[in-house]
Amino acid sequence: MEAVVVNALSKTYGQGATRAVDNVSFAVSKGELFGLIGPDGAGKTSIFRMLTTVLLPDGGSAAVDGLDIVKDYKEIRNRVGYMPGKFSLYPDLSIEENLNFFATVFNTTVEENYDLIKDIYVQIEPFKKRRAGKLSGGMKQKLALCCALIHKPSVLFLDEPTTGVDPVSRKEFWEMLRRLKEQNITIVVSTPYMDEATLCDRIALIQNGKILSIDTPANVVASYPDTLYALRSEPMFALLQAVEHYPHTRNSYAFGEYMHASFTDGVGEDEVKNYLREQGIAAVEMKKTTPTIEDCFINKLKN
Amino acid sequence: MTETVIKTDKLTKRFGDFIATNGITFEVHKGEIFGFLGANGAGKTTAMRMLCGLSKPSSGSAQVAGFDVYKQTEQIKRNIGYMSQKFSLYEDLTVVENIRFFGGIYGLSNADIKTKSESLLAQLGMESEAKKLVGSLPLGWKQKLSFSVAVLHRPKIVFLDEPTGGVDPVTRRQFWNLIYAAAQDGITIFVTTHYMDEAEYCNRISIMVDGKIEALDTPRALKQRYNTTTMDDVFYQLARGAKRSE
Repeated sequence: MEAVVVNALSKTYGQGATRAVDNVSFAVSKGELFGLIGPDGAGKTSIFRMLTTVLLPDGGSAAVDGLDIVKDYKEIRNRVGYMPGKFSLYPDLSIEENLNFFATVFNTTVEENYDLIKDIYVQIEPFKKRRAGKLSGGMKQKLALCCALIHKPSVLFLDEPTTGVDPVSRKEFWEMLRRLKEQNITIVVSTPYMDEATLCDRIALIQNGKILSIDTPANVVASYPDTLYALRSEPMFALLQAVEHYPHTRNSYAFGEYMHASFTDGVGEDEVKNYLREQGIAAVEMKKTTPTIEDCFINKLKN
Repeated sequence: MTETVIKTDKLTKRFGDFIATNGITFEVHKGEIFGFLGANGAGKTTAMRMLCGLSKPSSGSAQVAGFDVYKQTEQIKRNIGYMSQKFSLYEDLTVVENIRFFGGIYGLSNADIKTKSESLLAQLGMESEAKKLVGSLPLGWKQKLSFSVAVLHRPKIVFLDEPTGGVDPVTRRQFWNLIYAAAQDGITIFVTTHYMDEAEYCNRISIMVDGKIEALDTPRALKQRYNTTTMDDVFYQLARGAKRSE
């Protein structure tokens, strides 16, 4: 059973000048953790807004929980949880008041579905009298997730929940998502952080309104076409520039402590090292490396 | 002997009972790319505001570009550049108007602004966008333009507060190429980021936890000290014990 089915969905802005979402199709199975991975302006938010029935598509169709996003919008709104990228709770209400408000709007009570939010809520409960506007980024994020969950949605839409959040809080957030998944809630999440992609069951890489590929993170990595090398020397900037100007370089870019590069067929470690020696860079560490999702994304953007 | 462009000694900022920045002591050298890391709420922004001459310390001392953060804040402001994700350029001005505006603010002459605008636009490959409103540009272009404007007056130091959020991995790297080039030119880079791979591009990094600098070294040395292969893990080991958040 598919929880979300998207079929040739399109959205344009400015009388067709900007194709924000361009003929996008994908399906998400029940209980799946599905990631939309792409930078700002890729079209992620427009897709979320159409699937949560707050924006009408220009073309194509989509169904959530078997319901049509245009015809059945009222029923969909009862069944989905949506956490927009921008903090959208009531800043003048306390933690407790926000949560009660959202429960009441959905005709339920906090007690009824407390099991679902308990793990997350206990972390912010000591501050339940504090106004939402006065909370830290991490606490706002947890409260927003509680509010999106309080009516026990069958599909949860999370639009960039971890943007601007430090690595420790990001890790905690993804652990919360893992636990929610175990409760059989379908989760569609977007992120600009490529390292988070590996935590999803399947991912869609998206850029300029178009989907570049959809697969499991492991398959995306396995389908990387070239041999990828990691290189390092001091100073790094000189190495980066030298490799970039090497005629046999296919792709080259900084990657943390190392730089990553791939070369045309038949060019291996010896050839590259010889070239670098001619350029006056002798002490180079060079080794084969396994591509990450980020390498795959860069490769798809460049081709 | 390398020139020191930032030097702090037990720099502290209190807000009532709350010690936002708690006795931080460190030095940054000329032309260095210095990563200033920490969890949300660790005290980075407060420290940065003091270094930029925007907030008076409660105690301790600091010199930035040779000027005192208590008494010479105006000189500091003239000798630094600043860029953040939240504020950088005026969206309702064109690219050229923004360059002219910020050039003027930093006291460049009209002739200087003209030649610098031209070389800046050529360097970024943005000649055909010169008359477009900044608000209509893609985020990645805005960030690159914003950085170039922040170093237009050749400051001794440029402060970058999470400069690269939200752009694609290719654009993010183009941005770092600009940073590298500026550092090669002798401009000191002081940068905060949540991307741990970017921390690796820094010559040295500091990691703040609950107002204090808990570690400061090259990325390589930190990874060795914490017995791990990734900066992400170094950060996690240090910051997971943090008591406070924003």
